[in-house]
Amino acid sequence: MNFTLKIWRQKNGADKGGLVTYEVKGISPDSSFFEMLDMLNQQLISQGVDPVAFDHDCREGICGTCSLYINGRPHGPLKGVTTCQLHMRSFQDGENIFIEPWRCGAFPVLKDLIVDRSAFDKIIQSGGYVTVNSGGIPDANAIPVPKHDSDASFDAAACIGCGACVASCPNASAMLFVSAKVSHFALLPQGRVEGERRVQNMVATMDSLGFGNCSNTYACEAECPKEISVANIARMNREFLAAKVFAEKEKTISFSM
Amino acid sequence: MINLNAGAPKGPLAEQWASYKSGCKLVNPNNKRKLDVIVVGTGLAGASAAATLGQLGYNVKVFCYQDTPRRAHSIAAQGGINAAKNYQNDGDSVYRLFYDTIKGGDYRARESNVYRLASISPQIIDLCVAQGVPFAREYGGLLANRSFGGTQVSRTFYARGQTGQQLLIGAYSALSRQIAEGNVTLYNRRDILDVVIVDGKARGVIARNLVTGEVERYSAHAVVLASGGYGNVFYLSTNAMGSNVTPAWSAYKKGALFANPCFTQIHPTCIPVHGEFQSKLTLMSESLRNDGRIWVPKEKSDVEKLRKKEIKPTDIPEARRDYYLERRYPAFGNLVPRDVASRAAKERCDAGFGVGSTGLAVYLDFSDAIKRLGREAIAARYGNLFQMYEQIVAEDPYKTPMMIYPAVHYTMGGLWVDYDLMTTVPGLYAIGECNFSDHGANRLGASALMQGLADGYFVLPYTISNFLSAEIHTPRIDTGLPEFESAAKGVRDRLDALKNTNGKESVDHFHRKLGKIMWEYCGMARNEAGLNKALGLIAELKAEFAANVCIPGGLKEYNPELEKAWRVQDFIELGELMVRDALQRNESCGGHFREEYQTPDGEAMRDDDAYAFVGAWEFTDGGSAPELRKEELRFETVTPSQRSYK
Repeated sequence: MNFTLKIWRQKNGADKGGLVTYEVKGISPDSSFFEMLDMLNQQLISQGVDPVAFDHDCREGICGTCSLYINGRPHGPLKGVTTCQLHMRSFQDGENIFIEPWRCGAFPVLKDLIVDRSAFDKIIQSGGYVTVNSGGIPDANAIPVPKHDSDASFDAAACIGCGACVASCPNASAMLFVSAKVSHFALLPQGRVEGERRVQNMVATMDSLGFGNCSNTYACEAECPKEISVANIARMNREFLAAKVFAEKEKTISFSM
Repeated sequence: MINLNAGAPKGPLAEQWASYKSGCKLVNPNNKRKLDVIVVGTGLAGASAAATLGQLGYNVKVFCYQDTPRRAHSIAAQGGINAAKNYQNDGDSVYRLFYDTIKGGDYRARESNVYRLASISPQIIDLCVAQGVPFAREYGGLLANRSFGGTQVSRTFYARGQTGQQLLIGAYSALSRQIAEGNVTLYNRRDILDVVIVDGKARGVIARNLVTGEVERYSAHAVVLASGGYGNVFYLSTNAMGSNVTPAWSAYKKGALFANPCFTQIHPTCIPVHGEFQSKLTLMSESLRNDGRIWVPKEKSDVEKLRKKEIKPTDIPEARRDYYLERRYPAFGNLVPRDVASRAAKERCDAGFGVGSTGLAVYLDFSDAIKRLGREAIAARYGNLFQMYEQIVAEDPYKTPMMIYPAVHYTMGGLWVDYDLMTTVPGLYAIGECNFSDHGANRLGASALMQGLADGYFVLPYTISNFLSAEIHTPRIDTGLPEFESAAKGVRDRLDALKNTNGKESVDHFHRKLGKIMWEYCGMARNEAGLNKALGLIAELKAEFAANVCIPGGLKEYNPELEKAWRVQDFIELGELMVRDALQRNESCGGHFREEYQTPDGEAMRDDDAYAFVGAWEFTDGGSAPELRKEELRFETVTPSQRSYK
């Protein structure tokens, strides 16, 4: 198969950047999208041109390193699939393919197609954990968890932190990412204990990092390679409101005492 | 030849760790704050160690090459994690897990370490559940288990086919909490290119900032390597693209011994290679062997027709199928250990019964299980794996059998460590896949996650204080010391040399060539003539790389080709050491199968009189061959026997 690629090239964060056109020929339909880019890079290296930099690591859809808008869609045309699992059989021979980095103020471009997603780490650091130390833990079966809750918690915890939800959102909102983490813990008894504190801190951090608000377009769910549900956003909103009410009550009690 | 001493405690195996722990030296909380520890890598071992050391109060610096710690390759582990909980009341115990691991490793692991690992395993599950890891549960709300290869009990805990992901997120969460509390500092997108030794102790590392290209120095009172395995020496493996041996290799060149490098695990159930341009291989979890039956056609005429696509596998009647694992190993059937299953697949394919367009594949068939349990039950157990398979191969495994073939997956060899997990360099530790310690010559499924977390959460935090308690009077280490100066210069010089080669071939060209040599001569089966040939080929490749590698881009910028070049150069040197190790070990054991040493029915034949030792290699400066040192393995509790899964 042959393709015309229009790829975003940008030397570094300070560079303006722009689309550059490349031709690739003789690509097997069984090769993955990144194997196609590998072949382009081998071609560029042999011509003495700086190869295209893109983020990738496990190439099996689980590490969340890969990104890319492909023809304007995060992780390309297929539903529930990361870029690294995309194969060229999903494209037409001779097709023009536009390849760009995530576009979001909170994810600045480092080089070409690579962006900095450390804002996600900061959100997790502000509350995405259960505060337990490695000693004095009760037996694992001491806390029964209804299977349904545990399965729902897993579904939320399956988020790979790739950032496609932010990239697909017209407001560059990180609500799906944050709500998946809030839900993962909110659905388990272990996570409930500090639930109020967690949701408030994580939402505050999200807001401070320049992510936009949610206006319920559901583009995030449609483009999420792990098909994380927007029901998590609703759950987070409930948690957040409940925590606020709870915090008000606490204040009243402490004033009246 | 100097023999190595692991410093394992004396006394009955079952009491060793408890009594040793009580005797470990302590550092008081005020002093912990004054002690710096560097942790390299943020997989299960590195993240759990960094989080726990931070929780204890040490001042920790943690490094990863990825953009965030949550992406380390532990995340890709699918099937599960073993623990001797005996929740199923099916006869499991700490002793049985210990025994299975020692036997599965073909009697080439240290008894004291393996027993410790088995005894810690239940605590890991407790901690992970407390962290909020959503393990699979029964309707009663308690934890579910499944069985895995090489065992006859159900002791594997799992989170669908994404156990590694969920455990890593648990460790990453714990790490994130310590980062927020200021006990741990994270340095992402850094390659660790050298270990700095001052007065004989490990005191720091030289890193390359992958974004700016800056060569940076970091100091500490102790250094912990958790940089994973070296499977990418084969080019094609189930490892992530960035997985590399570089931190461990730099430690080796600074005096740490490298143990059993030839012990590599070829996993039996991976998606077969489909073309020259392929960049990596994808694993299909071993847990699939619980319900999938492995077979090839009995008749060559059927093989021919399959390859020409004249018939489909479902057209072949039961009587003309050879379920070769069930035939050869009736007691364990499809659940024999990985090395046995891989070799059996190779044997059938070499004999001309392989399927697929290349003839290098066998079937893994779920039709019986779907008939017995229903499609939904199978989807609940393996849904994400079936989806992943369909995405890659474009065939529906619910309808047609999967095609699988063995691929490089895990490396049992690694830096030699003593009972404290310290290398031969004082203050330099190695944990997780990066060390050699617990799996002998073959690792059992669902044991890598167990070992990584045991090392990081429960072993290293105790044993490291034996070293650090003597360092409380050592002030913070100055990165301006001449040792840092010369290590940083060494790194800059090597980077310059790589960049200035200005050759004609890309890094991948050399990596692919190395992979072919290693797979052909040092892969699933090895022999003396082939290994000697490989030594020559690797020497040629090394010279060709030095003269003809081409690296575009600059030193002081994001330059993925430069990163790869450094890693591949290390892999070439490591490949040579692996071949030497495979040559010296004139026996077959676990993943190391020397064709000269096999039983009449093709099973591995150990030589316990001559080779019941860990082979640890010492780097020698000036181009002379490395020296082999040995740690004798004494079996006081179990009696080594010819492994039998029949």
